[in-house]
Amino acid sequence: MKAKLILETGEQFGGQSFGYEHPTSGEVVFNTAMCGYPESLTDPSYIGEMLVLTYPLIGNYGVPVGEFDKYGLSRYFESEKIHVRAFIVSDYSENYCHWNAHQSLSAWLKQQQIPAISGIDTRLLTKLLREKGSMLGQIVFENENAIAEISNPAADNLVAQASCREIIRYNEGGEYKIVLVDCGVKHNIIRCLLKRNVEVIRVPWDYDFTNIAYDGLFISNGPGDPAHCTKTVENIRKTLDGDTPIFGICMGNQLLSLASGAKTYKLKYGHRSHNQPVQMLTNKRCFVTSQNHGYAVDNATLGSDWQQLFVNLNDGTNEGIYHKHKPFFSAQFHPEAASGPVDTEFLFDEFLKKIKNN
Amino acid sequence: MEKHNIKKVLLIGSGALKIGEAGEFDYSGSQALKAMKEEGIETVLINPNIATVQTSDGVADKVYFLPITPFFVEKVIAKEKPEGIMLAYGGQTALNCGVELYKQGILEKYNLQVLGTPVQAIIDTEDREKFNQKLSEINVKYIQSEAVTNVADACRAAETLGYPVIVRAAYALGGLGSGFCDNVDELNVLVERAFTHSPQVLIEKSLKGWKEIEYEVVRDVYDNCITVCNMENLDPLGIHTGESIVVAPSQTLTNSEYHKLREIAIRIIRHIGVVGECNVQYALDPNSEDYRVIEVNARLSRSSALASKATGYPLAFIAAKLGLGYGLYELRNAVTRDTSAFFEPALDYVVCKIPRWDLGKFHGVSKKLGSSMKSVGEVMAIGRTFEEAIQKGLRMIGQGMHGFVANKELSVANIEKSLSEPTDMRIFVIAQALEKGYNIDKIHDLTKIDKWFLYKLKNINDISHQLQKCKSINDINDDLLKTAKQLGFSDFQIGRLADKSQMKPDDALLVVRNMRKQRNILPVVKQIDTLAAEYPARTNYLYVTYNGDKHDIDFAENKPVIVLGSGAYRIGSSVEFDWCSVNAVKTARNLGYNSIMINYNPETVSTDYDECDRLYFDELSFERVMDIIDLENPEGVIVAVGGQIPNNLAMRLHNQNVPILGTSPVSIDRAENRHKFSSMLDTLKIDQPRWKELNNMKDIYNFVDTVGFPVIIRPSYVLSGAAMNVCSNKEEMEYFLKLAANVSKEFPVVVSEFVQSAKEIEFDGVAKNGEIMIYAISEHVEFAGVHSGDATLVFPAQKIYFETIRRLKKISRQIAKELQITGPFNIQYLAKNNDIKVIECNLRASRTFPFISKILKTNFIDISTRLMLDKPFVKPEKTEFDIDYVGVKASQFSFTRLQKADPVLGVDMASTGEVGCIGNDVNEALLLAMLSVGYKIPQRGIMISSGEAKSKLTLLEACRMAQEKGLKIYATHGTKAFLQEHGINAISVGWPDEKGENNIIELIADKVFDLVINIPKNLTKDELHNDYEIRRSAIDHNIPLLTNARLASAFITAACSLDVNDLEIRSWKEIK
Repeated sequence: MKAKLILETGEQFGGQSFGYEHPTSGEVVFNTAMCGYPESLTDPSYIGEMLVLTYPLIGNYGVPVGEFDKYGLSRYFESEKIHVRAFIVSDYSENYCHWNAHQSLSAWLKQQQIPAISGIDTRLLTKLLREKGSMLGQIVFENENAIAEISNPAADNLVAQASCREIIRYNEGGEYKIVLVDCGVKHNIIRCLLKRNVEVIRVPWDYDFTNIAYDGLFISNGPGDPAHCTKTVENIRKTLDGDTPIFGICMGNQLLSLASGAKTYKLKYGHRSHNQPVQMLTNKRCFVTSQNHGYAVDNATLGSDWQQLFVNLNDGTNEGIYHKHKPFFSAQFHPEAASGPVDTEFLFDEFLKKIKNN
Repeated sequence: MEKHNIKKVLLIGSGALKIGEAGEFDYSGSQALKAMKEEGIETVLINPNIATVQTSDGVADKVYFLPITPFFVEKVIAKEKPEGIMLAYGGQTALNCGVELYKQGILEKYNLQVLGTPVQAIIDTEDREKFNQKLSEINVKYIQSEAVTNVADACRAAETLGYPVIVRAAYALGGLGSGFCDNVDELNVLVERAFTHSPQVLIEKSLKGWKEIEYEVVRDVYDNCITVCNMENLDPLGIHTGESIVVAPSQTLTNSEYHKLREIAIRIIRHIGVVGECNVQYALDPNSEDYRVIEVNARLSRSSALASKATGYPLAFIAAKLGLGYGLYELRNAVTRDTSAFFEPALDYVVCKIPRWDLGKFHGVSKKLGSSMKSVGEVMAIGRTFEEAIQKGLRMIGQGMHGFVANKELSVANIEKSLSEPTDMRIFVIAQALEKGYNIDKIHDLTKIDKWFLYKLKNINDISHQLQKCKSINDINDDLLKTAKQLGFSDFQIGRLADKSQMKPDDALLVVRNMRKQRNILPVVKQIDTLAAEYPARTNYLYVTYNGDKHDIDFAENKPVIVLGSGAYRIGSSVEFDWCSVNAVKTARNLGYNSIMINYNPETVSTDYDECDRLYFDELSFERVMDIIDLENPEGVIVAVGGQIPNNLAMRLHNQNVPILGTSPVSIDRAENRHKFSSMLDTLKIDQPRWKELNNMKDIYNFVDTVGFPVIIRPSYVLSGAAMNVCSNKEEMEYFLKLAANVSKEFPVVVSEFVQSAKEIEFDGVAKNGEIMIYAISEHVEFAGVHSGDATLVFPAQKIYFETIRRLKKISRQIAKELQITGPFNIQYLAKNNDIKVIECNLRASRTFPFISKILKTNFIDISTRLMLDKPFVKPEKTEFDIDYVGVKASQFSFTRLQKADPVLGVDMASTGEVGCIGNDVNEALLLAMLSVGYKIPQRGIMISSGEAKSKLTLLEACRMAQEKGLKIYATHGTKAFLQEHGINAISVGWPDEKGENNIIELIADKVFDLVINIPKNLTKDELHNDYEIRRSAIDHNIPLLTNARLASAFITAACSLDVNDLEIRSWKEIK
């Protein structure tokens, strides 16, 4: 079936539907990664977004089976389901081949009721988004009419939608207890922690964890505007007087910054790719990182006890902060990767080291 | 860490192009030299490959056209006293030479700092045992193998590992001497040959059928690492990566697999301590995430050149800077110019590399592909679907194919066998299998090619059926037409499939083209920007695709000049035409034109986006060139510098009213069309060998009765004598006529008389409106009969009569005037007793242009380009008669790689590369040139079997000199008797099929000789088996072989009359 992507600025892109055939809308964002579509689609940070991939050939290796491991974590995905509102590609491959494939990407999208279009000049679309900034868009099918006004998903508290509702405990009796504030956590973050034999206490985004005993606090990634998470920020702020190690990733970096008194702002079109270069300012070391965020921390607003830990080598934006005297730090990128390069997984070890030293 | 404080560096080049080591190192070396220049460091280059861009004026500060051997490199070091040396930019040749210099203590002796990866790290990657040890230390899996030093151990190792095994010679480029063995008999043969290349041979477990994946990894001295690109071979393990169709980025790997291998690649480069660039090759299990490391190349490689072109990331340039101690983050992304060089390119297209073979040129060669490289060139195609990229690529290889489908039907005797035992034609066998209804599973079982690739190929096949179903071209609906274009179908393919009215294919093409334009189905131009449009980029690196809605660029007001490049390297067209293309585009740019290059060969400098204002990395087909012309609206198109591919387009472009710069395409046609050319010569009363156009056998016999055997048989429009052959008798002639007729039906076949014992002379010139402005006359060492591309050339000609020169000039002037030549041209002459005949005339630059330009120090292409653009030029003061030195161009052969091929020279070109050296006289220049292409000065004994009486006589004086020098002479019976008669003692040697002592094959194996001379008895290739055996075993045992009496005589004379220790070491600049 023919389908159309219509941007809020009026541009239209016609293509073929290969997903669920139902109109949808959301914020249109692009990602330049060349592999890892099952991971991206299930990343909760994409809630509310219609994802464009700049790499044109998609679907090649199908989709693995949606199994769960002994902890109840998805074996191959980053959460229980697909989170994007729609998927937009150039050349979808219906025929796939991989030893680990269970079904085609199209079948999976249909099953999960996610619309998808192929045959789009994704390079042209990306250039538009780059020049005009991320914008709203909608997908309509063959003879349907476009809706007049698209609601902006970022106006809602998306973190509340992504977070767990109740406390979930993993690996009880692990060496250290880590509270994980779930703003829409990717499963690989939990896997990376569990690999280091710790107990993970996954709590909802607004849960007041200051009442429980733990050795380390982890603040997860998540979708949308950090400004909605005032409750989380308040809870974090309460812990800043103490000395218990804190580690944040992505949204976690933004929330830790907000708790410390700094400000965040919306980037024109965000960072979504596997090739973002960052430099660690403490030792000049450089890393290739996986990123997915639309907001950033304003370096100029960092308090006197705080310093920038990482900087983006492409555009100079903040990629992480640390406390000058206390074991608090965070990264704007994704050290857990999945998908993307694994160069910075050592940050989990750093976190554990801080916990041990504490 | 501090930056190196180096003021002068020596860069070692890769020498002549050979199979496994081609133009990619001209590109790498040029980039590295550019990087040094930017730093203000003085550069010294040693490279005898005179046709390269890197040995051109203004690239390196000093150039030495000398052999890449420790002996000569040390001489240059002693003279130039550089502080640093760069070993990673000249392929395996430079690396091996560097390792040798290190081992001999020469680097230490002269206090030379190796820039980039330390030599010990290189040794660690090259020595398999050390390498495996290194990998074990970091828990990385490698292929189980055993290094052995004798045949018995090899057999034992193979038993332990279990067959099939693969045999590899250590320290050998491009998989030289390697292969698969299924049993002990095969093993014995292969191992023995491998030992002739290397003292150490590896026996390893074969993982045939696993995926083959490569990563290009970069590391700086601060331990920052990136992988610039990964690549996946369409052909699974078992076929050398140089023989495989390769795509970038990988297509069938999941995120987990991609990043697992990436992480290991970085772990390896860190552990080995590479500074700069390296390539890691993996085998990946198609049924799990299990993997093995195949090898690591701690230097720039063919793959790194491909990765540079595939991504736009200038690997060699960056690697050179890293060698000076820069951090990656301190360098800029050359494409965006705003972002840092520490990043990994994101592609928003797919590239497909396809090898170009020329196996048809070699008599007797095995066409099976395996672990040893045989291809002579490659192409890279860019698209936004896999189908688009591979169809483009299959057209680019230029072997008469129009894409994956709509080709002439192949005659494949056994499809299943041809699928499971791959040859150079396998991709087309897959096309045929699909056509015959084989399903994907079956093809996968036979080929082990990942089904994803096969599904994509099937898409192409499916669309071809839809096109076939159309009643006519006009019956194709818009959707189908658009889909076909998006899957890479050319207008030609569409026309051929849809037309039912028996139109000529070229006419059908135009019908499709016009219909397409009317329906507004047009391609768009996209940029390669390294970041998939994430950041704005000021990039001029472009490709054309149907998978897009809008152009990335605007088209300029001021009219550009378009230079058509030379396409895939092949026998007969390689780096020399790249040099011509680069120089033409440079001159156009310097004259203030907006300069545009179109080419698709990743091994070239012309496809470096720094060299021109706009680079279209795309096809040189009529359709694509017209697409670009429609958009760019050029002032003119230069077709005269890229060899035969652009030359062949001239007339068709002209017919579309495209302004062709220089000589009119009508004149080009008059020179290319043998019939027109010949009648022109008749009118001008210029002599030529007698010839006749061939239509029926009766007329041929009549003609041959008049001129007598031997005769040459050839089709029109040839380069490097494709399908041309000399026939000595009726039987052969009938056989070859059949072959020739198969090659080209459109042009009649020509039979011409073959003049024996004639000198061959090349006249290269540049003219303006029919008046010759500059020229160069060079002569062949060999008599006519050896293809001019294989012949040894002396410039300025030393041994032709003054009378001959005068006549040559006169005839050349007549031809130039008649054809109203403007720009470069080349005329080939035969001369015998002052009798001069014209063999052929090309109204374009010839392969000798860089050689003569550099010897004469007059850039013939610069002058040509100025004249074609109607700009003033200064006539050089010096002519060839004023220079006090001599240049010799010698050919490089790659027979070692071409198993079973008969290493004999004939009218069909067989060399893969060339060198040019300069000396005070012919002896000096010839000796240097021969040493540069791998010959060694004989120290012990020379083996001679000299064929017919004439060749025996030619060799006599050289044999006498050799004897006086104290060399032992060995000879087959007839030759021995002849030498004895003339007072030269020779040791008698038995023929291959003679039993008893002194059997020649055994003596060759025992390395008794250090030069083998075997002169064929006649001109045909159908030689006696004995002679073939001698030649082949000399090659297989890596003993220098000469098969031409005149060249052998010249070489021995030079080697005996000069002492290499006394040779003066002079840079190009110092030679005046």
